[in-house]
Amino acid sequence: MKAASEASMPDSTFLDSTELVLNMGPQHPSTHGVLRVILKLDGEKILGTDCVIGYLHRGVEKIAENRTYAQFNPYVDRMDYVAAVSNGLGYCLAVEKLLNIEAPPRAQVVRVILTELNRIASHLVWLGTHALDIGAITPVFYCFREREEALNIFEKYCGARLTTHAFRIGGLQYETYDGFERDVKAFCDMFPPKVDEYEALLTGNRIWLGRLTNVGVLTADECKEYGVTGPLLRAAGVKWDLRKAQPYSGYDKYDFEIPTRQNGDTFDRYIVRMQEMRQSVRIIRQAVESIPEGPIMGKVPKVIKPAVGEAYVSIEAPKGELGYYVVSDGSTQPYRVRVRPPSFVNLQALDRMVRGALVADICAVIGTLDIVLGEVDR
Amino acid sequence: MSLGRLFKKIFLVDLFQGLSVTFGYQKPKYICTEQYPAERPQVAERYRGAPRLNNNPENDETLCIACNLCALACPENLIVVGSERNEQTRRKELTTFTYDLSRCMFCGLCEDACPVDALELTQDFELASYTREGLIWDRQMLEEGPRPTQYKC
Repeated sequence: MKAASEASMPDSTFLDSTELVLNMGPQHPSTHGVLRVILKLDGEKILGTDCVIGYLHRGVEKIAENRTYAQFNPYVDRMDYVAAVSNGLGYCLAVEKLLNIEAPPRAQVVRVILTELNRIASHLVWLGTHALDIGAITPVFYCFREREEALNIFEKYCGARLTTHAFRIGGLQYETYDGFERDVKAFCDMFPPKVDEYEALLTGNRIWLGRLTNVGVLTADECKEYGVTGPLLRAAGVKWDLRKAQPYSGYDKYDFEIPTRQNGDTFDRYIVRMQEMRQSVRIIRQAVESIPEGPIMGKVPKVIKPAVGEAYVSIEAPKGELGYYVVSDGSTQPYRVRVRPPSFVNLQALDRMVRGALVADICAVIGTLDIVLGEVDR
Repeated sequence: MSLGRLFKKIFLVDLFQGLSVTFGYQKPKYICTEQYPAERPQVAERYRGAPRLNNNPENDETLCIACNLCALACPENLIVVGSERNEQTRRKELTTFTYDLSRCMFCGLCEDACPVDALELTQDFELASYTREGLIWDRQMLEEGPRPTQYKC
């Protein structure tokens, strides 16, 4: 009897075998939405991860095939809902390329102002929630206070705060309101001291440094392998920004820098995003000084019916390269709309970034990826 | 212990210094909380809220010409326009107008499409209803607008 039990005993006992499979999410607060991560752990050490996505899948790309070009426009806001304006810009530019038209200069400048304001708003949501994950409670209140100012400008401009539907194919629907320039300038004056305030709270903080430095390192080569773009790529030392590399909407007219860092860890990504907010203010300042007079809507036919063909336009969204690939079969509805979402591509690198790290680091890494699940699942 | 520090300890100077920061943020200009039902927020002029069918202020007749453009513009297909031809004037006249708010995403394409500014998204934002049917608005409801319960404080 004793011999038999000894023979069937596995090589490792319960105490020896420390491998553990742990489910994180989809309701976990620091997965920033409905991401489910299956963790394989050895004690505190992460041996591997497996992401389960699709909890927020709404079939946006399929919806596009059943809507006219103009009708699909409000749906793109619902993908990356913290940066709805950037999504709208990407889609409008893609259809404009398909139609071979360009928005008038005035519309382009207003587009740049709103997109950059949205970049700031998106980065503020990232900063607040990221700091909250790490354990710094205060920044989230400060960030949402300033984000409110940006959202108020959106509300006054187009009547909605989050899912703005601010742009139309060929230009803008709404003329700027009275006092738009004053509000934007006031925001530009108000905002940079607030960034200093966040940096005073976080940048030199020992706990913040301890939790972020050398966590989730992604080198430049790894970024390129995974197709990771945006602040993650720039934090690894690659000077790649589509606003400079393939200027759209008149970005070549503005003087701004691409902030980069060398290490590619979570702290560098934090620094890059903070610098990006300052650069965005710089762009907005230049843009608001140079709003030309003129029409806001280009020559767009009432019924948008592009010729047979296809167009791909990618823009620098707050989270990385956001691409829209639109195929036309000559009818009023797109044959296919494919979105290249930055969050989805960046999320792939999660396993590489956390392998070998500790469980507590995964919250920091998911935070620094800055994913929006509406965009990952679509 | 020096005399100064003793004084600080007895009269709790540090505590009051700390509390002065706390109460400093009670100044009216720092207070962001809205006392919502009692105090209604002022939404922007262009706010896209509840839809409204406008009447001509002079003769109180509807401005809508029943052209059906809003129904065609709507991505969610939630507007149904009913019309019939008036034999005397030989013009289309609006009979019914249904707007399903439960599916509306307030994109504003219908008001952009309207050629006579009859359909408009207004500043009313209190649209909750106890039933799904309550969100399907008919012509009368669209002309009168929502009447949310007003709470007195």
